[in-house]
Amino acid sequence: MSWRRALYLLPLIGFIAVAVYLARGLAPGYDPQALPSALIDKPAPTFNLAGLNGEARLSNGDFADEVVFVNFFASWCAPCREESPILMDLSRRNVIRLYGIDYKDKPEDAVRFLQQYGDPYRRVGVDETGRIGIDFGVYGVPETYAIDRTGRIRWRHVGPLTPQVVQNEILPLLKKLGAS
Amino acid sequence: MRLVAAAAILLGLAHAALAVEPGEMLSDPKLEARAEAIGKQLRCLVCQNESIEDSGADLAHDLRVLIRKRVETGDSDSQVIKFVTDRYGDFVLLKPPIEPATYLLWFSPFAILAIGAAGAWLYIRRRGAEPPGEPLGPEQRRRLERLLLEDP
Amino acid sequence: MIIELGHFALILALVVAMLQAGLALTGAARNDAGLMASGRIAAMAQFALVALAFATLVHAYYVSDFSVANVAENSSSAKPLLYKLTSVWGNHEGSMMLWVLILTLYGAAIAWFGDAMPPRLCARVLGVKALIAVGFLLFILLTSNPFLRLSPAPEQGMGLNPILQDPALASHPPLLYLGYVGNSVAFAFAVAALIEGRVDAAWARWVRPWALASWCCLTLGIAAGSWWAYYTLGWGGWWFWDPVENASLMPWLAGTALLHSAIVVERRDTLKSWTILLAILTFSLSLVGTFLVRSGVLTSVHAFALDPRRGVFILVLLLIAIGGSLALYAWRAPALEAGGIFAPISREGALLLNNLILATCCATVFIGTLYPLFLDAVGGPKLSVGYPFFDRTFVPLMIPLLIAVGIGPLLAWKRGDLLGALQRLWAAFAAVIAAILIALYLSGGGPVLSILGIGLAAWMGTAALAELADRLRLFRAPWSEVWRRGVNQPRASYGMTLAHFGLAATVAGIAASGFAQQSIAMLHLGEALPVAGYTLRFDGIGKHEGVNYTADRAEFTLLDRGRVIAHLAPERRFFPLQQETVSKTSIHTNFLADFYLALGDPDGKGGWAVRAYWKPLVPLIWIGGVLMALGGAISLSDRRWRVGVAARRAARAGLSASRGRA
Repeated sequence: MSWRRALYLLPLIGFIAVAVYLARGLAPGYDPQALPSALIDKPAPTFNLAGLNGEARLSNGDFADEVVFVNFFASWCAPCREESPILMDLSRRNVIRLYGIDYKDKPEDAVRFLQQYGDPYRRVGVDETGRIGIDFGVYGVPETYAIDRTGRIRWRHVGPLTPQVVQNEILPLLKKLGAS
Repeated sequence: MRLVAAAAILLGLAHAALAVEPGEMLSDPKLEARAEAIGKQLRCLVCQNESIEDSGADLAHDLRVLIRKRVETGDSDSQVIKFVTDRYGDFVLLKPPIEPATYLLWFSPFAILAIGAAGAWLYIRRRGAEPPGEPLGPEQRRRLERLLLEDP
Repeated sequence: MIIELGHFALILALVVAMLQAGLALTGAARNDAGLMASGRIAAMAQFALVALAFATLVHAYYVSDFSVANVAENSSSAKPLLYKLTSVWGNHEGSMMLWVLILTLYGAAIAWFGDAMPPRLCARVLGVKALIAVGFLLFILLTSNPFLRLSPAPEQGMGLNPILQDPALASHPPLLYLGYVGNSVAFAFAVAALIEGRVDAAWARWVRPWALASWCCLTLGIAAGSWWAYYTLGWGGWWFWDPVENASLMPWLAGTALLHSAIVVERRDTLKSWTILLAILTFSLSLVGTFLVRSGVLTSVHAFALDPRRGVFILVLLLIAIGGSLALYAWRAPALEAGGIFAPISREGALLLNNLILATCCATVFIGTLYPLFLDAVGGPKLSVGYPFFDRTFVPLMIPLLIAVGIGPLLAWKRGDLLGALQRLWAAFAAVIAAILIALYLSGGGPVLSILGIGLAAWMGTAALAELADRLRLFRAPWSEVWRRGVNQPRASYGMTLAHFGLAATVAGIAASGFAQQSIAMLHLGEALPVAGYTLRFDGIGKHEGVNYTADRAEFTLLDRGRVIAHLAPERRFFPLQQETVSKTSIHTNFLADFYLALGDPDGKGGWAVRAYWKPLVPLIWIGGVLMALGGAISLSDRRWRVGVAARRAARAGLSASRGRA
């Protein structure tokens, strides 16, 4: 078998390599659109937002040494309604400390949304212009961030939370971060 | 000129709102041009393969306003871009940065060209070096003539 | 009932395809004329059955039969008839039906015109095509069946995406598929040649018309899609290096290379195994493109509804078709005899350069498109590859080729005289300088790349004409001689000149995008906006009703120093069924430049956002595409494709006569 014959095998070998990558792209769970957060392990952006409905303001300082979850939502966001029951459940059972940021939304609409679907948040900050969202790297709603005791972002989930995500990602994460 | 001008008016369909809106644009044309150039390098994450200058999405609008604000406050081009990539990662750059992860990407076109050219050159050289065939015998020559007659 | 008939016809077509593959390939292996002939009949029957199935689907759309799931998901009764019919292929299942329809159409055409072909070659080609058809028919019947019923049937369908309700976009898939799927013919010829173990000038002559026909259609399909994007998307972009656009560009690049290398095989009986590989790769790229669009592996504004299960099926198809043919290539190609030798500077050398650069460009687009997937698979960072990558690699690669396009046709076969060729191109050199100076003057010192691009286009266009003039001995011989030469030129040479000239036009249009000017402002009624020396006056705004939409229509007058040039009426259309607002641009063209107007959001205080562009030479991009396809069509009509038939008959007559004498 001369090197010349081996040369003729190159196209086939090349194709098989490509096919392997294409097959990987088909694996369940591969989402070409999903972006990892650029802020993982970096300090969470500083913010100080007006509260909803005349309540107290929401800022980083409020998180004080705890593991918290920040959920970006909006009244106009359909998937947010899907994840609402899960957030309510997590909050009711005190599994996580959940805060909400109302993204590019009118405060009155947000109030109505929470009245209709339930309010799982300890407090809600209002980000009408979306500027804080940009600081977090938000590109759609809903998005959920986990911030550890030192104030660093350790985890982000894009899209509505599902029971699988809670089971496979959030619970192990809580253990790892040493949440009480 | 009238004849040339009296041509068909074509109408077409477009999707969503326009990109840069008059209200967003900076008053200083130089700064606006800079902002537009920066924006053209940033990908709109909500719609595929469009820069934020070309996309009608809300997020694109927000980012456009943001970079124009930063350009106005005197940030350099690279500072503005770093501001966005700090938050959204390198994915937001339409031009993949030239780093070890992308050496293969950036150098492969010219590598392929070089290898192909070398291969082609070798091919021509080797073929040219082969000796010509033996001269035809009388029987072969008669066959050749007959074939030439019947095939144009 | 009718839909069920269509469903049944499709299943029958699958059976026929399997029979055809068996009959044809066995017949060729045993050299059995009867089996081979029945293979040809099977090919025509297959087409008839698929056409029947397709017709029943069209009928369902025509009468808006919402009990058929496919119709309910993609159509509505309140739609113009044209779009009801084109909705057939505006979705995944329907477009696969179109795919298979065109596949079997080509098969039937080969069977029909197969008289002149050697029977064994014809049979093998049909056999391979049938195998491909089996794969895709199975794909449709098992994963993408458009003939399924919905029960209970809904009252109204979901309608067609408003963006797709457009004449250019309606014609884009059929044209694209005629090209895309047409590559399967060259593929079948290549595999047949490998099975036979022989590639010669005759093979190249049989392949070229089919490769040319599919290339013409693909050129038009890509041009139509690009033109649609231009007048639709609101700011005049026309190519985005989107994965699905790339999926159609790659077969085009490979197909262009194939056309040119087939010439070398035909004339000089060399570059054979490379040409075979190209033919396999061109269709393989079509298949990979189909995979990318329908599997969800890459996201794109174009992608059809994503379903990994379908992706797996197509991947398996790919493995069998491409893997199988490449394995066959690795096994049989080394045995192909090498043909004529040639010097590096020669016609063959120029065509080899053509192939080298086109193949590299194709590989570049391929790597750029799949790189994010590759990087993710090896655990690298998440990156995206956008237009800056392609602009910096594809464009520099193409430039040497575009320069060579002017020189290549002037080189002789086997050993060319470069200096002589360049001397005969003195007019092209002059044209380059003139064009650059004119462009500098008119644009007032525009972007360097655009100016150079115009120069390049002038080089290509003038060189194409100079080559023709040289061949006709224009200005060097008496007019009667020139006329005689002109009439006797094979049509393929006129096709080449026209196609290369069309390419020059496209290059000019692309280069000139750097000269475009824009004006964006908020206008109130009566106000005027200056754009590129013209004035645009906002005359009126009113409501307008369409068949399935309501619109705000604005009226503008375009003035040049006070003289009215045109009236433009851009709109913003609202489609109540889909709850979507779509903006409709208004373009005034004189075919050398476009004045482009789009209407934006109102500010609620009587002002409307207005975007106006003046784009010189942009129409040439698509006019050039049409010229290229036209050149290809003229080549296709060349008498020489049919001479083979007449000569064989004459030869048979001559031989039998001479046998009688001897």
